[in-house]
This record gives sequence, structure tokens and C-alpha cells, in this order.
Amino acid sequence: MIVSTQKNIDQILTALDGGSRVFIVGCAKCATVCKSGGEEEVFGMQEELTVAGKEVTGTIVIDEACHILRTGRDLRSRREQVDLADFLLVLSCGAGIQSVAEACDKKVVAGTDSRFLGNIRRFGQFEQRCSLCGDCRLNETGGVCPVTVCAKGLLNGPCGGMQDGSCEVETDNRCAWVTIYERLERQQRSGQLDIATPARDYIHEAHPGSLKLEK
Amino acid sequence: MPTRLARKLAADEFVITAEVAPPHGCDLSAFLRSATCVAPHVDAVNVTDNQGANMRMTPLAAAALLVREGIEPIMQLTCRDRNRLGLQSELLGAASLGVHNILALTGDDIGCGDHRQGRAVFDLDSVLLLQTIAAMNAGQDMNGTVLSGATSFFAGAAAAPEVEPFVATRPKLIKKVAAGAGFFQTQAVFSSAKLATFCAVVKPLGCAVIAGILVLRSAKMAEFINRNIPGLNVPDVVIERLRTASDPAAEGVAIATEMAVSCRDISAGIHLMTMGHDQLVPRIVAAIS
Repeated sequence: MIVSTQKNIDQILTALDGGSRVFIVGCAKCATVCKSGGEEEVFGMQEELTVAGKEVTGTIVIDEACHILRTGRDLRSRREQVDLADFLLVLSCGAGIQSVAEACDKKVVAGTDSRFLGNIRRFGQFEQRCSLCGDCRLNETGGVCPVTVCAKGLLNGPCGGMQDGSCEVETDNRCAWVTIYERLERQQRSGQLDIATPARDYIHEAHPGSLKLEK
Repeated sequence: MPTRLARKLAADEFVITAEVAPPHGCDLSAFLRSATCVAPHVDAVNVTDNQGANMRMTPLAAAALLVREGIEPIMQLTCRDRNRLGLQSELLGAASLGVHNILALTGDDIGCGDHRQGRAVFDLDSVLLLQTIAAMNAGQDMNGTVLSGATSFFAGAAAAPEVEPFVATRPKLIKKVAAGAGFFQTQAVFSSAKLATFCAVVKPLGCAVIAGILVLRSAKMAEFINRNIPGLNVPDVVIERLRTASDPAAEGVAIATEMAVSCRDISAGIHLMTMGHDQLVPRIVAAIS
């Protein structure tokens, strides 16, 4: 899922400066799970904006705000409330915010910062394991992604800052390459670590990415 | 023609290196003073590359200046601040200016330096940088395109003999040697037993070990290093020795000298890290010779 966090209210109010009427958009998927833009947060934002002297013309929680056509359709179903607003405040990931921006010509305000593609450890705890690099090498690394879990994204082993198995950059984290070594050792595959991994081909990460499935 | 460092290591002669940091500005006078202070006592002088992720003059310019002064440099080159184009063009520039010893490094985390908001590159890592240097020595860039003029670098790499778990670092050491590392300059070592174990692992790979010797001035400095400098870890027993000494600075020199002396029988050389106290280099070199 896409992990996002809400911007603080002062930032949001600054972005809403110059208009008094706001329509709030949330997302029923990722932003709900990470509590940045679900029903509860949209309602909370409505209260905060009201206290700050804004008029909330309406709210909607879209099933998947990243779905461009669905977002357009859902916003059209609330056309009157949307038309009354000076701003659309969107509490979803950056993908959802851009679906909303594409669906209408109103000024769109991002109420969140999108952080990473996250695994869920338990309720309210998210961890980045995948960077969407487009060139998966988990088959060679015991299922641990060095591009993501190594803070430097190194492909050929730990850096000189590893100490007692801890990462130089975030000492609370275990060094990705120590974890990889231990896993491959348990699987009697550690010998494959003696062969250098070639440099990455960043063509796989060229953006904006697009994909059209063939019929 | 091979560098003096390469020749001495090939001839099994004990080598001594030290390091100087390029300036944070364009005035090279202090840098040159440091280099000329240590140069008569060492075989080559490392020129650091934005060490600790703190912005300094490019080591290419500083190392080229040493060449002009008749001092043999080892140019450190990290993968943190340049992508593959930047690294290769820096290397070609170095070769053209007579800088032929390169220490290929990954680079400390940008978050530990003075430009923490910056983006670290790490397009290549130290192994891939060594492969690139080997390709350039063979007359090609890293994509296999022929160069107008091959380089003749003597490349080295970093190693951490006392790190735990050491076994997890071993595959990368093997890769570094396979990629062309002719020498390892190690992180600071404090235990000759651990250094001997390390050399036993590395020697069969055919790579010379230059042991890092850190000259400490006080227990406080050691604790600061442990907290703030990646890869350096001063053991408690050394810190205690500094703490209880009547003259901690002299004790620091004594500790470094003892370690340096024991290296004579274990490693191919020593690399003195005096943290800016260049005047200590002649003292320690005199003590071991």
C-alpha cells in the first residue's frame, strides 16, 4: 500500500489561503489504512476547517482515488458541492490527488505527503521493503531487497559503516546485507555472494511510468 | 610505470601512508603544509574525498597539486557524490594529471555530514567502481567503449578487519579483489590478533593489507569518534587506557606506536590517521623504524 501522512493543519490552512469554501476528498483504500484520509480523518478535517473559519461545502471518500475515471465520476456525482467550493482539499496519496486535479478545474490542495510503498507490520506500523525499481533482484538476495532495505541501495555487500550487524545510517535497523548473508547461509547459497552484481540499469526506473496490458 | 606504492608492495617492502584533507575553500596553503610535513616520512599520501560527507575541494585538484610538488597521492574516490559519468570523468582527469593511485570507496552516509539535505548518489558501489577502474586500465569505459588512451591506475579498497559479523563482509572483500583491488587500506585496528586473522583471510586472495592506525588524543575524542564517525570503533579497553593515563595524548601516541610496531610482522604496511595532528607522523614513523 501507499503510505501517506497528513500535512499539519497550518500548512493546509496556508495552502487554503484566499478561499473560504472547501470540498474535502478522502480515499477508502491506503489513506484509510494509514489514517491520513479515511472517513474518520475527513470528518476530523471538516471540524478543524470549520473551527478555522472555513465553510466545508461537502465531503466524499472515493473508493480508490488513484482510479482516474472513478474519481471523475464520483466528483461529478457531487457537482453542486464541488462547484460551490474554492478549493478541493485531497487527503489521499499523490496519485489520488492528481486524479482529482485531472477531474476538475478547481484549485486542488494536497493535504498529505506520500511517503513510500509500505508493508504493514501491525496496525499503524508500516515499513518500506520495495522501491518499485522495475528490476527485481529478490531471487538472488534471499528475498531481502538491497535497493530498498540497504539505506545506500548497495548491490554488492555491506558498506564500511556496518557495525555489529547494524546499519550505519539508521542504527536501529539491521544491515540489509547482514540479513541477506544470514538467509543465504541458512539456505547454503552464500557462495553466490562472491560474484559481483552488475550496475543497475536505470532505464527500468524512467518516469513517468506507464503500462498498457495487451488484450 | 607503476606507482611507488605499487612497486613497494610488489617488492614486499613495508609501506607507510598518511592522509590529508583538501580545504573547505580554495586556499590550499594549509593543505600543502600538512602534506609537506608528512610526505618525507611516508610512501604516499591519501587525499580524502568529502570525508564524513563534509564538503571540501575535489580530491582531484588537491591530489594533482601533490603530484606537482613531487608527492605521491592516493586519491580517494567515493560513489556518494557522483554518478557513473562523474566518476569516470574524474578518473580520466586524475590519470591525465598524474594521479595514479586510487582508493575506491562507497562513501559515508550523507546524513552524517554538513549537507544532510542533499541526495546521495550511489549509482555505483565500491566493487563496481573498482571494475570500472580495471576497465579503464584495459582501455575501455565501463560500457566497453574504447578510450583514447588507457589509464594505469593502481586501485585499492577499504576493509574493516575488526567489524562484526566479519563473515558477512567477506564476500564483498572477495569481489573487491576480483574487481582489481591491489591493496586494502583498513579502518583503524586496535587488536593485532584480529589484524592477523584478517590478513590470513585476505592474503590468499593476493591483495596487500595496509593497516589503519588511529592516533587518539583522549578518551573523550575516542568516545566522540565512536558516536560520530562511521566504521570507526575504539574498544573500551583502549578508551580506559586513555582515561587513566596521566598524559592521554602521549598515551594515544604510545597506543598507536605499539600497534604500528606489531603491524610490521603482520601487514604489508600501515596507514596513519592522525586526525589533523600531522606532526605526530614523523614521531610514530621514527619510533617504528
